[in-house]
Amino acid sequence: MTSGTLLEVRGATMRFGGVTAVDTVDLTLREVELRCLIGPNGAGKSTFFKMLTGQLVPSSGTIQFRGKDITGSNPHEIARLGVGIKTQVPNVFNGLSVRENVFIGAARRKSIKHARQIVSETLSRLQLDSIADRIVGQLAHGQRQWVEIATVLAQEPDLILLDEPAAGMNHAEVLRTAELIREINRTQALVVVEHDMQFIRMIASTVTVFNQGRVLMEDDVGHVLADQRVRDVYLGKQAA
Amino acid sequence: MKIDPRWAGFLVMVALGLLLMFGLPQVLDLFGLVQMTVFVAMAMFALSQGFLWGYGGIMSFGQAAFFGLGGYAYAIAVINLGDSTLPVVIAVAVPVVFAALLGYFMFYGRISDAYIGVITLTVSVILFELVNSTSGDAYHIGAAQLGGFNGIPGVPPLNMPGDSSSPLDPGQMWYAAVGSLIMVYIVLRAILASRFGRVVVAIRENETRAMLIGYDPRFYKLLTFMIAAGVAGLAGCLFTNWGGFISPTVFSLTMSAQVIIFVLVGGLGTLLGPMIGAVGIEYLITIAGSQHLVDANLGLGIVLVAFVLLVPQGVVPLIRDKVLPFAKLVPRQSKPIPTGAEVPR
Repeated sequence: MTSGTLLEVRGATMRFGGVTAVDTVDLTLREVELRCLIGPNGAGKSTFFKMLTGQLVPSSGTIQFRGKDITGSNPHEIARLGVGIKTQVPNVFNGLSVRENVFIGAARRKSIKHARQIVSETLSRLQLDSIADRIVGQLAHGQRQWVEIATVLAQEPDLILLDEPAAGMNHAEVLRTAELIREINRTQALVVVEHDMQFIRMIASTVTVFNQGRVLMEDDVGHVLADQRVRDVYLGKQAA
Repeated sequence: MKIDPRWAGFLVMVALGLLLMFGLPQVLDLFGLVQMTVFVAMAMFALSQGFLWGYGGIMSFGQAAFFGLGGYAYAIAVINLGDSTLPVVIAVAVPVVFAALLGYFMFYGRISDAYIGVITLTVSVILFELVNSTSGDAYHIGAAQLGGFNGIPGVPPLNMPGDSSSPLDPGQMWYAAVGSLIMVYIVLRAILASRFGRVVVAIRENETRAMLIGYDPRFYKLLTFMIAAGVAGLAGCLFTNWGGFISPTVFSLTMSAQVIIFVLVGGLGTLLGPMIGAVGIEYLITIAGSQHLVDANLGLGIVLVAFVLLVPQGVVPLIRDKVLPFAKLVPRQSKPIPTGAEVPR
C-alpha cells in the first residue's frame, strides 16, 4: 500500500484577481506519507490547503485523490473520501463541549455506539478526558487546537492536513504534538504546514518549500534546512 | 438510580404539560379555556420559530407564511372533504412541501443568512397580497371560497378521527391542542437528541467545520427548515380551528414579528422559552386589550425593548443559568452559545 499514490496535484493555480496565490504547483503524496510544507508568510500554503479541501476551486490545474478527480468538488464530498483538515485558525464548534465536538467528527455514517467508542478512544489518546465536558469556546488556544485535531482524527481520514498544529503551544505541548504526528503517521498520511524548524526536525520527513505560490524545492529535511535559498526566502531575500 | 439532568428536565416538562392539560379545565371556565387554546396554537408557532432560529441558526423573518399556509390548507381541505382527519395531514404537508421548494433554492443556491431573512419576509408578504386579492366568486378551490381580505368563515372544526359527524366541542378542542403541543415538543426533543439534531446544532456553531468533516450543511438546513414549516403549519391549523375562521392577516408582518418576539422574550436556544414567551405575551396583550389602558401594540413594544435591554438572553435561560443556581436548586453549568451568529475565535 505504501507505494501507491494518495494525492496527485498537477499545475494547481489559484488566482484572486491579479494576485496569483498558488502558481502551477505539482505535488505527489504516497499512501501513509508524512510531508512537511514550509514557506514564508503569504507563500500560498493555506490557500493550497483550501484548494485540496474544496474550500477554494482552483483557477486551473487538477487534484486527484486515489485516482479520483476532486478538482472543484464540494468540501463535504472531499471530506467523505477521507481527507481531514485542521485549519490555521481553529475551526471548532465553540458552543459545544469537547466530547460533542469529537462526537460530531466521529458520527458520520457510523452507529452511535461505534461513534461513542471512537470518541472515548480519541479523547484518551489526546489526553482530553479531563476537559471532555468543558465548552470549547472557553478553552485556551492550545487546548482548542487539540480539540480540533481530535475532531479530525475521529473522522478517521486517510489524509490529514495540519495547518500550523504547533502554533501557540508551549514546549511540552509541541513535543507531544510531534510525538502524536509520528504516531498518526503509522497508519495515515499527513501534510503538515509549520514554521517551527525545530518542530520540522522532530517529525523529520520530506519537506516541500513554498515561496510566492510556487514550489521552491522538495527534498528531505536535512537538505532543505541546509539550503541557502530556503534561508534566504525565510529572511525575506528573494531566491534567484 | 441517577437520571441524566437533561432527561430529568424533559420528563418534568412533559409531566407539567400533562398537568396543565388535565388541570386547567378544572380551574378555568369555558371562556378562559377557549382563550388558552389560542395561546397554545401560538405557543406551537413559537416552537417552530424557536427550533429553526435557536437550534438551526436560520433566521426566518416570514415564518407566518407557513403558519398561514397550514391554516388555509386546513380550511380549504376540510370544507371540501368534510372529515377533518386528512385535512390536518394536509395542513402539515402543504407548508412542508412549500418549504422544501423555497428552501432548496435558498440553501442549495448558497444564499447568505441575511438574504434568507429577506427572502422569507418577502415570501410572506407575497402570500399576504396574493390571498388578499382573491375576493369574489371566481376565486375558489373546490367548494371553498377564498374570500380575499374577508377570509374564510365557518371553517368546520376538528372531528373525532374518521368520524365527521362528531365534531370536537371547545372543551375537547383544548385537549386536542395541548395534546398536539406536547407531542410536537417530544418530537422536537427527540430530533435534537438524535444524530441529525446534533449535527444541525454543530452546523449552527460552525458550518465550515461541519463541512470539512463531511456533512452537507445545505441538506441539514433544508430539512430543519421543512420540519419548522410543518410545525408552523400544524399551529396554523389549530389557530383556524380555534376561531373557525381564517383571513390573510395570518400572513401579515405582525404575525412574523410577533413570533420572533415570543422567542426573544422566552429565550433563544431553548424549546420551553418560545412557548412561555408566546403564552406570556399573548396573555399580556389580552389583558391590555380588555383594559383599554394602553394600546396593545405599544405595550408589546415596551415589553420587547425592556427585554432586549434588561434580559437579552430571555426568561428561560435567565432562570436556568442565574436564578436556579443562585437558589442552589441545580448546579451552575456553562451553556452553549445559543445563536448562529459568528462567535469570536
